[in-house]
Amino acid sequence: MSGPPVFEARGLRFSYEGAARPALDGVDLQVGGGSLYAIIGPNGSGKSTLLKLLLGALQPQAGAVSYAGRRVGDWTRRALAQQIGAVPQGEEMAFPITVREMVAMGRYPYLGVLGRPSREDREAIDQAMERCDVIELAERPLSRLSGGERQRALIARALAQRPATLVLDEPTVSLDIRHEMTIFELLAELTGSDGVTVVLVTHNLNLAARYADRLLLLDAGRPAAEGTPADVLSQEIIEKVYGWSVVVAPHPGPGRDAGAPQITPLTGEG
Amino acid sequence: MTARNSLRLLSLAILAAALLVASIALGAADLPLRAVLDALSGGGEDPARTIVLNLRLPRAALAVLVGGSLGLAGAVFQALLRNPLAEPYVLGVSGGAAVGAVAAVVLGWNLYAPWALPIAALVGALFAITLVLRIAARAARGFDTRVLLLAGVVVGAFFHAVILLLLSFASADAYRSAGLWMMGSLAAADWSAVLLLAAYLMPAIVVLLLMARPLNLLAMGEETALYLGTNVERVKLASYLIASLLVAAGVAVSGVIGFVGLIVPHAIRLMWGSDHQLLLPASVLLGGGFMLAADTVARTAAAPAELPVGVITALVGVPLFVVLLTRRVV
Repeated sequence: MSGPPVFEARGLRFSYEGAARPALDGVDLQVGGGSLYAIIGPNGSGKSTLLKLLLGALQPQAGAVSYAGRRVGDWTRRALAQQIGAVPQGEEMAFPITVREMVAMGRYPYLGVLGRPSREDREAIDQAMERCDVIELAERPLSRLSGGERQRALIARALAQRPATLVLDEPTVSLDIRHEMTIFELLAELTGSDGVTVVLVTHNLNLAARYADRLLLLDAGRPAAEGTPADVLSQEIIEKVYGWSVVVAPHPGPGRDAGAPQITPLTGEG
Repeated sequence: MTARNSLRLLSLAILAAALLVASIALGAADLPLRAVLDALSGGGEDPARTIVLNLRLPRAALAVLVGGSLGLAGAVFQALLRNPLAEPYVLGVSGGAAVGAVAAVVLGWNLYAPWALPIAALVGALFAITLVLRIAARAARGFDTRVLLLAGVVVGAFFHAVILLLLSFASADAYRSAGLWMMGSLAAADWSAVLLLAAYLMPAIVVLLLMARPLNLLAMGEETALYLGTNVERVKLASYLIASLLVAAGVAVSGVIGFVGLIVPHAIRLMWGSDHQLLLPASVLLGGGFMLAADTVARTAAAPAELPVGVITALVGVPLFVVLLTRRVV
């Protein structure tokens, strides 16, 4: 189901200045083209750091990351922005702008400094807003959206880039069930019919199990397990990494993902 | 640029042009509008022609240049520092310029050469820019705008202490001249000053206008800017340096004129939002127009005496801003 690797990383190590232990150490990764790849792990296990290394916002102190066979650092930022749409976490616009103005930023990698938006640019913006169901909100100030609407608008901006690869840092954090499911359904659709590669960080193990083709489980900056959801989400591995007793049972269905491992943390344990 | 935004800019340009004509028509000598328009279109008779072309027009042009630069620099600093309270002087440029100017006045340099004061002010401003940049570069890896802001504020505070120290040695006359300079005035305008300033400001303004898209992204956040193809460090450094140099030149010629750089960009934001593709050119036009209006009031309100234009910009600008702020929900 997945093509040749899009992202490839080998032996990644990264330490923040003044930190006692590296945020990441010895991480390898291969993300197949057109697949949905989820990075999971406890708080502080290095998930967001790994995303920043993949996106070239941080440079590894050891090891290397390549995108489409070329080291990330060798890409110009503009060329990379025409390939990869990224949805970082927790960035707030400092001033009031509308949803449309924000989504339009997704076309900047194509426009450069002076380029005038073409019909294609406007179509990409409208389509991205329709796809993420924020077209009715287009003229609303970003500051007046709910958490779910805001997140969908951010994803719309990334889709306006018409990216081959989409990278998201906890895109469904603090969203309700419907909004969370809408976003995962959208990601599944993107990898399925559009052939987009998706890499995301999430804390929702059960949705990761149902939607992701492969998982990488990080523990204190080191890879604890990598593989299909069935390989990674075993009771033994999860209890060891998260330090909490769980039961793992197959998703009863209905649905195409019946049988995916589902984790239930137990009460009164620890 | 959408058709709607082009229309908005056009309306601001018409407003600025109308204010330009009004500002030239109003003044100590009564000139009929007819005589003003004749002189501006190359005809007319003296003395109206001389008053218009050699006195009022260069002064109005200086007002547009300085006001436009302050409005633009304010908008750029607000985006760069991601702080709506940032204004053109927030990073200590005015403090450095004022130290230079006050030193020139207190030491009597300006009595020997009329250009001594603006040159001393420019040198002071450039010194402040260098100092702030070096402190920020040493305190943080890369170019951290939060550190830049702190460095600017403390450097400014230090310079203001130096100014007070200098003033404590000043004669009463020097004290008054220094005080007036610090409140801002466009009285020094003549064609040579205007042309020199224009040759310097126009390219800087053009370059900053070209940075509208990167500044939009920076206002979202540095990570977003990077992921959308921006060379973040380069944009931050260039916008900081160019905007600071813009302010340095303006402050050297016309003193410290406050509030324009704060009020103008916010007025545009409250009316039309924060897309820098509109905000930056609109801030130039509205800044220029606002300064023209303020300078006209400064020249005429208590004629033949002249009020400091910086006092007018604050007295008129702040209540206007409060009205805008309370009428609209940001």
